Amino acid sequence: MNSSIIIFPGSNCDRDMDVALKKFGFKNKMIWHNDTELPKSDLVVLPGGFSYGDYLRCGSMASKSKIIESIIKFAKSGGLLMGVCNGFQILTETELLPGALLPNKYSKFICKNVFVKINNTENNYFKNIKKNILELHIAHNEGNFFCSSDQMKNINDNNQIALTYCNKDGETDDNSNPNGAINNIAGLFNKQKNILGMMPHPERMIDTYLSGDDGSIFFQNLITNLK
Amino acid sequence: MEVNESLALEHGLKKNEYKKICDLLNRTPNITELGIFSAMWNEHCSYKSSRLHLKNLPTKGKKVIQGPGENAGVVDIGDNDAIVFKIESHNHPSFIEPYQGAATGVGGIMRDVFTMGARPIANLNSIHFGSTQHKKTKSLLRGVVRGIGGYGNCIGVPTIGGQTSFDESYNGNILVNAMTLGLVKKNKIFYSKAAGVNKPVIYVGSKTGRDGIHGASMASAIFDEKIEEKKPTVQVGDPFTEKLLLEACLELMAGDSIIAIQDMGAAGLTSSSIEMASKGKLGIELNLNKVPCRELNMTPYEIMLSESQERMLIVLENGKEIEAKKIFDKWNLDFSIIGKTTNSKKIELFYDEKKVADIPVHTLVENSPMYDRKWKKTKLPKKNKINKDSFKNLKILNVLNKLLSNPNICSKEWIWQQYDHTVMGDTIQKPGSDSGIVRVHGTNKAIAATVDSSAVYCYAHPLTGGKQAVCESWRNLISVGAEPIAITNCLNFGNPEKEENMGEFVECVQGLGEASKYLNFPVVSGNVSFYNQTKDKGIKPTPSIGGIGLIKNYKDMVTMGFKKIDNVVLVIGKTEGHLDQSIFSRDVLNIKNGPPPEVNLFNEKNNGETLLSLIKKKFVRSAHDVSLGGIIVAVAKMCIKGKKGIKIKKPKQLINQFEYMYAEDQGRYIVEIEKENYKQVKEILEKNSVHYDELGVILDKDIVIDDKTKLSIEDLILSNNKWLKKYMEA
Repeated sequence: MNSSIIIFPGSNCDRDMDVALKKFGFKNKMIWHNDTELPKSDLVVLPGGFSYGDYLRCGSMASKSKIIESIIKFAKSGGLLMGVCNGFQILTETELLPGALLPNKYSKFICKNVFVKINNTENNYFKNIKKNILELHIAHNEGNFFCSSDQMKNINDNNQIALTYCNKDGETDDNSNPNGAINNIAGLFNKQKNILGMMPHPERMIDTYLSGDDGSIFFQNLITNLK
Repeated sequence: MEVNESLALEHGLKKNEYKKICDLLNRTPNITELGIFSAMWNEHCSYKSSRLHLKNLPTKGKKVIQGPGENAGVVDIGDNDAIVFKIESHNHPSFIEPYQGAATGVGGIMRDVFTMGARPIANLNSIHFGSTQHKKTKSLLRGVVRGIGGYGNCIGVPTIGGQTSFDESYNGNILVNAMTLGLVKKNKIFYSKAAGVNKPVIYVGSKTGRDGIHGASMASAIFDEKIEEKKPTVQVGDPFTEKLLLEACLELMAGDSIIAIQDMGAAGLTSSSIEMASKGKLGIELNLNKVPCRELNMTPYEIMLSESQERMLIVLENGKEIEAKKIFDKWNLDFSIIGKTTNSKKIELFYDEKKVADIPVHTLVENSPMYDRKWKKTKLPKKNKINKDSFKNLKILNVLNKLLSNPNICSKEWIWQQYDHTVMGDTIQKPGSDSGIVRVHGTNKAIAATVDSSAVYCYAHPLTGGKQAVCESWRNLISVGAEPIAITNCLNFGNPEKEENMGEFVECVQGLGEASKYLNFPVVSGNVSFYNQTKDKGIKPTPSIGGIGLIKNYKDMVTMGFKKIDNVVLVIGKTEGHLDQSIFSRDVLNIKNGPPPEVNLFNEKNNGETLLSLIKKKFVRSAHDVSLGGIIVAVAKMCIKGKKGIKIKKPKQLINQFEYMYAEDQGRYIVEIEKENYKQVKEILEKNSVHYDELGVILDKDIVIDDKTKLSIEDLILSNNKWLKKYMEA
């Protein structure tokens, strides 16, 4: 399986994602933001970080970068496109995903483990995944997902919610919502489910000595689905 | 502008120092030259009050590749890998403007590390605030934490540990010390020593603005009510540019075009250019019109003294300019050839084709003032005879519950959750552990790091306090199973021109040196911050010690949470019952005088090395050093981390139970071992003449002393976790 990670100036989870993808069997390539063409890929990843410093709205500068046109083309033709953290922000800024990621409710950066429930397994990312609730790690300042009520209706009608913050038993409540995201949304699909944006970092959870190992379940399942 | 004595005084120079400058130059300096002298000769850059005493610190060792004197210290960790590390203060700017002050402190120390060719792999910090009742404490704490996070998180370097304390002596002068560790190949370390004549001198990074002019002089001044006016001297950080600079520098360093490289930190272009010339015994010639400027009409004086962040000075090999420029173009950073090395041994500056400064380098460096300041010895205070009646109305676990929410003991999760501590995917012990630990990427090795200081002990008796701080660092490394390698120190003190403050400095440094020598734990880098003082009120002497250690196989590391019911819990090291200067005496009994606990270096080393050998034999399931709050607080934290309880035996000691549980005697650890290994462990401890007590066995939840004396783990967790969050968010 071939994957590509886009590096924007200010990306800082690109290496971690590279390590994770390779660990589970992807042949990964790093692609510079000023390039205009994507190599042939089964998966394209927009990694976490602070693209272009994120001094404007997070992800907005990246959404105007040179590489973005070919990414849009790739996604529109059904290619698997995943954005993690800053990557999710970029996906909403390019309008490949609806809504926006606002500053966290208590307006501070949060770095900790959270539980997320998988809401939809009818897609290449989560099909046949062996756990319904994953313990993943978040590290962000702007992860408070927001959208209009019309957008929310569409999201629900098309079953686009991928992940919701929950407690360890899978209950979705205010206490388990770390950033104020509407309906506890932690991850979102496009209508066709080939684009996934999520705030949690599965790439930081790929062995038991780290904050946890549930990221391994995600990547292992993903590559199995793609084979 | 006419240069005279009064202008020199305004620049923070003393009368005799101004006279010395005129003598050395054999003329009156012009305004640019005066600015350069004032920057190079202030305390922050010249170490004029401390140099004499720092010379006595042990700085050599088998693993030391580079000791003090470079951008950071370097130690060998085997397999051609080395760790570059240093701690530095950013106290004054952080008090004036907490967010930017703390942020640029983190930025500055990371630059020191990657200047040497190392990719930063971990940050730590030691931050000290005034009383929790003081009106500025909350906003300063909030600003500093945001600043540290804002910078470190953006660069993508995990903040893996630190220390936070509250004490009224910091009411008017907080401390912000930032530490960075970087990883480098031993054969790819870069230094600041220029070599060769006619080599191009390159400026890279951000443009130069008017921010931070005279920052280094401000850092060496005492605060008064006009501090708000000093805001323009605080630098403004741009972590995004630093991230680009980091990647661009490392890309350039992969080749062989750099002769010398130096970041522009305190005193900016002045100190960086002079340092490179001085180390290489060369001269340097700069054309200031070539310096990329952010603002119009900047004068040579302003260009030379600006402390704009995220800038580097590089001496390149001839002919490598185009290749180097390509890299900086790729990262969208300024790249300008601003001068060349010369054999004049002078710093010569040109602006609009006129020479605007002409100073022999040695007059700025070798001839800088050095003072043997008067200092006063601190006598060891008399021990208090604590009346046992004062324990009568106290219940041992009620006191514990109260201490767990003491600002200096409570969980600092509210702080470190705002720091990205997991980016780079190698953090295997987070903040809140005895040491933070990161793996050496792609290997089985891991590096443990900790920052410690005990200002209360140092204030009571600086010599003992200095030793203690080093020992605590050593213990925090041993507790996780790391072999201590070396330390960096950030020495935060009051006004060196006062005999008491100078005495605190001299004796703390002496203590620090004795301990690091005895423990073979050399000092490889550091910095001194004097004048931590508002009007005539100084801070408690606060040497922050940053220690690092090596774990050969990360899978062998030890964590502090209790692991398994029925395992045996031991106290390693002897409990004498020393309560003076303990948090129990100070905050519960309200007795604030007396000597700190004695530091016995023989026991310290013997206990630590024996524990390390037990860890290597895989006998130790969990371990934690005993520090603030004594045995019972240490045990409570192990219960909280492991979500387990303990049945504590009545100690066989002859001392009172409060003395046993709350004493802060040194050189002690709590360890958990399996029952079946107990006999072997006992033999090893006895063979090495290490004192130990059997403290109890692990239970599933409560801390139990007897039927009536117990406390649930849920209560402990609540007391420990809620205080700071409530304080900051109420």
